[in-house]
Amino acid sequence: MKSKLIALPYIIWMCVFTIIPLGLVVFFALTTENNEFTLSNLTAMNDYMDVLFRSVGFAVIATIICLVVGFPVALFISRMPKIKQSTMLMIVLLPMWINFLLRTYAWMTILEENGLINRFLGLFGIGPLNLMNNSGAVILGMVYNYLPFMILPIYSVMTKINESVVEAAQDLGCSSVNVLRKITIPLSMPGITTGIISVFVPSVSTFIISRMLGGGTNDLIGDIIESQFLGNSYNPHLGSAMALVLIVLVLLIMSIFNQTSGEEAIV
Amino acid sequence: MTKNRFLSKLFLYIVLLFLYIPIFVLIVFSFNESKSRANFTGFSLKWYSKLLHNEAILTSLLNTVIIALAAALLATVLGTAAAIGINNMKKVSKTVVMNITYIPVVNPEIIMGVSLMLLFKGMQGIINFQFGFVTLILSHIAFDVPYVIYNVLPKLRQMNPSLVEAARDLGCNERQAFFKVVIPEIMPGVFSGFLMSLTYSIDDFVISYFTSGSSVETLPITIYSMTRRKVSPEINAVSTIIFLAIIAVLIIKNYLENRSLRKSRDESLAVKNA
Repeated sequence: MKSKLIALPYIIWMCVFTIIPLGLVVFFALTTENNEFTLSNLTAMNDYMDVLFRSVGFAVIATIICLVVGFPVALFISRMPKIKQSTMLMIVLLPMWINFLLRTYAWMTILEENGLINRFLGLFGIGPLNLMNNSGAVILGMVYNYLPFMILPIYSVMTKINESVVEAAQDLGCSSVNVLRKITIPLSMPGITTGIISVFVPSVSTFIISRMLGGGTNDLIGDIIESQFLGNSYNPHLGSAMALVLIVLVLLIMSIFNQTSGEEAIV
Repeated sequence: MTKNRFLSKLFLYIVLLFLYIPIFVLIVFSFNESKSRANFTGFSLKWYSKLLHNEAILTSLLNTVIIALAAALLATVLGTAAAIGINNMKKVSKTVVMNITYIPVVNPEIIMGVSLMLLFKGMQGIINFQFGFVTLILSHIAFDVPYVIYNVLPKLRQMNPSLVEAARDLGCNERQAFFKVVIPEIMPGVFSGFLMSLTYSIDDFVISYFTSGSSVETLPITIYSMTRRKVSPEINAVSTIIFLAIIAVLIIKNYLENRSLRKSRDESLAVKNA
């Protein structure tokens, strides 16, 4: 089988279902309803700058929290005995198998006004606190849903670090903090950047988490896009302009973290 | 050092607690007698029986299974063929194709959903069809195929090229060599690509949400519309069933893997002793 022709159906498929749809987004973003060229859709984005900044801000905070929490978790797991490692990894990843709608719904149950936390606090005469429908709840939802995306790539890079490098550093008088700073962190950098991208991209583009936990006052760019395509304010041209901005944003982040070679990034 | 170890263990357990408490809450309240999401009034299975009689959920479950199976199967065939072809390509065209293949993987789901919706809307101007099963299956294939390719390609690369030559030398024609040598060699990759596609398809909400139209609902879409209503305890029952099903699948998978590991070890020992 030396033939490349066997890939031909896929090449056609790829053009129809990957390239043309993205081309359509660009086309819609730059045209009016009468298919005339316009930049008004893009300039209209000015009105949504606050939403865009909020999306980026929330996603950055969520990514930082995931990194700060996920890095140590990955480190501890990678230092466990081999047999324990795979079990522990399975335990960490298990919640990911449940649909994210259900996981987010679970947080509604916990955070709502007569939810579990407020009931518990009520026993001590505190509250009810307003835990839901604020920015904190949305960020919590992002962290909860995407934390494993940070842990997994960092862990898999860490297991490949040659232990003798760490031992050599220790032999040469490195303290454990310095080993972390000079050996472990630099060598796990590919995992860290993959983790950052894998958390940031879904966070910045989500529309369900913000809707379920944000209570309508914390709309993100995803919510606005959704409402242009399926919601009340149907306008696919404006929606495409927003989608285009989101695409550019994602590309920008990815080029910053220099993650162009796809294959290794996949689990 | 021991104090350090204790602290890191503590940290790990706190993170695990954070990951599992919401799921635990869902499971506990699925057995709640009342509708309340905060008050446990007594044990009951009534939400499970309600679930069994909930026409909407059962239909969408069936839809999900049909769509996921169809999409995963088609994606596996398309992706395996693609991987074989890509493996034979020259470096430049290989890089181009692989980079485009990478797009659906990194593209935010909402962008993919929206862009496919635009594509199908545009196609409706040319051919007459409704949003529904066809659009759902097509869009599921679109995000499934890359995973099949990523699973099959490494197997092709690991394969010893002399194997095919040996088969040809021994009188296989090209076709026989392909089906008797290449396919069995890459089968593990094909199978894991299929399984990955299946799980992604079953789990997908965002892309289905944009490409389903209004007539066909998959399970995640039904779950979404249930969360829009204030109180719907059946969701808890759904989550519990899904969670238990996943644990069962993982345990079986683990068991089979261990068994095949043990078997291959025994076999290699037997060979050594012989």
